[in-house]
Amino acid sequence: MGIIQNLEYLSQLVAVPGYEKAAAEKCAGLFKDWCDQVRVDKFFNVVCTRKGTGKAAKKLMITAHIDEIGFLVNSIDEKGFAGLTNVGGIDSKILLAQEVIIHGKQDVLGIIGATPPHLLKAEDAGKAVKLRDIRVDTGYDGQELKKYVSVGDTVSLKSKFNKMNEQKASGKSLDNRASIACLLEILRLLAAVNHENDLIFIASAQEETHLTGVMTAAYELRPDAAIVIDTCHGDIPELPKEVSSTPGKGPEISIGPNLHPKLVAKFFELGKENGIPYQKMVEAGDTGTEAWATQVSANGIPTALLSIPIRYMHTAVETVNIEDIKHTARMVSEFAKLSSEQLGELLCL
Amino acid sequence: MLIKELTDLNGVSGNENEVREFIISKIEGLCDSYKVDSIGNIIAFKKGGGGKLKVMLSAHMDEVGFIVSGHSEKGFIRFKAVGGIDDRILPGKKVIVGKKRLSGVIGAKPIHQQEREEREKIAKIRNLYIDIGADSKEEAEKLAPLGEFIAFDSDFVKFGNDCIKAKALDDRVGCAVLIEALKHSFDFELYACFTVQEEVGLRGAQVAAYNVMPDVALVIEGTTCADVPEVDKHEYSTVLGNGAALTIMDRTCYCDRELVQYLYDVAVNNGIKVQYKQTTTGGNDAGQIQRTGNGVKTASISVPCRYIHSPVSVMSGRDYEAVERLTVAALYQMSRDRAFKGGW
Repeated sequence: MGIIQNLEYLSQLVAVPGYEKAAAEKCAGLFKDWCDQVRVDKFFNVVCTRKGTGKAAKKLMITAHIDEIGFLVNSIDEKGFAGLTNVGGIDSKILLAQEVIIHGKQDVLGIIGATPPHLLKAEDAGKAVKLRDIRVDTGYDGQELKKYVSVGDTVSLKSKFNKMNEQKASGKSLDNRASIACLLEILRLLAAVNHENDLIFIASAQEETHLTGVMTAAYELRPDAAIVIDTCHGDIPELPKEVSSTPGKGPEISIGPNLHPKLVAKFFELGKENGIPYQKMVEAGDTGTEAWATQVSANGIPTALLSIPIRYMHTAVETVNIEDIKHTARMVSEFAKLSSEQLGELLCL
Repeated sequence: MLIKELTDLNGVSGNENEVREFIISKIEGLCDSYKVDSIGNIIAFKKGGGGKLKVMLSAHMDEVGFIVSGHSEKGFIRFKAVGGIDDRILPGKKVIVGKKRLSGVIGAKPIHQQEREEREKIAKIRNLYIDIGADSKEEAEKLAPLGEFIAFDSDFVKFGNDCIKAKALDDRVGCAVLIEALKHSFDFELYACFTVQEEVGLRGAQVAAYNVMPDVALVIEGTTCADVPEVDKHEYSTVLGNGAALTIMDRTCYCDRELVQYLYDVAVNNGIKVQYKQTTTGGNDAGQIQRTGNGVKTASISVPCRYIHSPVSVMSGRDYEAVERLTVAALYQMSRDRAFKGGW
């Protein structure tokens, strides 16, 4: 499958934190052709290893989170409407006229309606809706709904995957399935490469809540270095340049205390040597990604962060430029080809 | 299913072509003749059994949507609403742009980058934009020129207990009922009018009604239904599942009380679920038709639809069935009633 087919497949998986099991198993299915070993751990991290050829092989962990923002059902009323609490950061302003799927005993389609303009009161027209006031219409009455759905059930955003102009696509969960598609592309690029170092690819769980997946996986695996692949904000009219990158111009490589300076410098070098475009992003502290947890896991792991620009993050219409997935994959695969000695030299400060 | 086929089509007011062509293909064998008038209405004529009464059925083909009004340097599209659309539902929705049916999204600023006060603020449509994946102004202009129409991207889905979610149920449900009604023959002359531009001011119906000059008109609609949490019961408008909704008065029309009562009685006598619309907000082609020429006895029969004017309107299959049955039963009753033969 090509990148876009992989991305479409991955985008349609549901992996709200705590509800990643089925998605992790499907993801493991995609990985297994490219790896020596694949397993799904107790947090539903997908851990996939490719042994290196080196006698003094180092362990390089390459991670991308598989989970997505979503909700939990927190109430069911007698009319069959469900209330929601968020899992991860969601702007309730995008939720009116949004479709969701409640993952109960069976999947139930839910509609978050909006009062039609004909009936909308003037005082409500200008007001942002709050999540606590949102009720999901399931088309069932309360009694029927309770046969299929319970308080605590996971809810995901529903959105089609659409190809757009040129190399672009839109859909749900491109944060961070774009990066999972990138992991697959890296594996494809390395298929015939004899790399010295052991490579561990992780599709990690529970990033959107507390970075729990990568935190526990890194502790268990004790890699010598880590590359985190995530998504960042694509440029849109509302965002200043300092917090956004341009889709199509390659991965955003972060600079700052969260990242290991030598690893970062190496990526810049690899970009220049191989003619791979990239963009720089300065982060003064927490990058808001798994790099934050990885860097201080166990006795510390030198970490770099590459991010694929997507627009409208944490909505059901995230968009990505496929070229950026390719550029990011090339960049990381070049890094993965470093000898154990070269990698070792980078790891001291 | 007819409603699926109809709601899959795009027909923003002023651009009803797709819907019109589809409807013509469906009614060609069902009527004696049809014409498309100057503004784009389809007027289908069925002579019937020789009675002189002229009965007009009316449903509008158009739906609310948007129109391309500008292009930014970076290739984003500026747009205006065609018909009444609540700004609040727009951020983060998918749309279909223009004749090429390009996939587009209405952007939304990521929550991560919103200041506290922005989180409480609604974006106005004039500040919103559509992303079609164009990288420059020139590319955007080429892909989606000024004046291209934009529709919500939402598919027809059955869910819950006999419910349907789709866009444009207002008023493709009416179009579906009219097509069904044309399969029957009545004593009188039947004019089934599929109108344009209802959503921008009842424009098509005005022209169609003048053309037909009917004695009696029934407008078949998808109407508001707000029987949802946090709305007081007296403001429900209609209730999903309670059957066909009859309007007494709304913003555009005071329906003929005799005719409304007549329809109510037909419903009861035929065991068809019926309810009165309980708010006087909104309006439809009935208002325009009623005031045509020296006046037309007019009533509306509607399918209650939750969340109309959004991509996710919801109706009950049973309510649709009730409206279809009531419309046809009323027409048969009129055929039989001597009072109708003389022109009420």
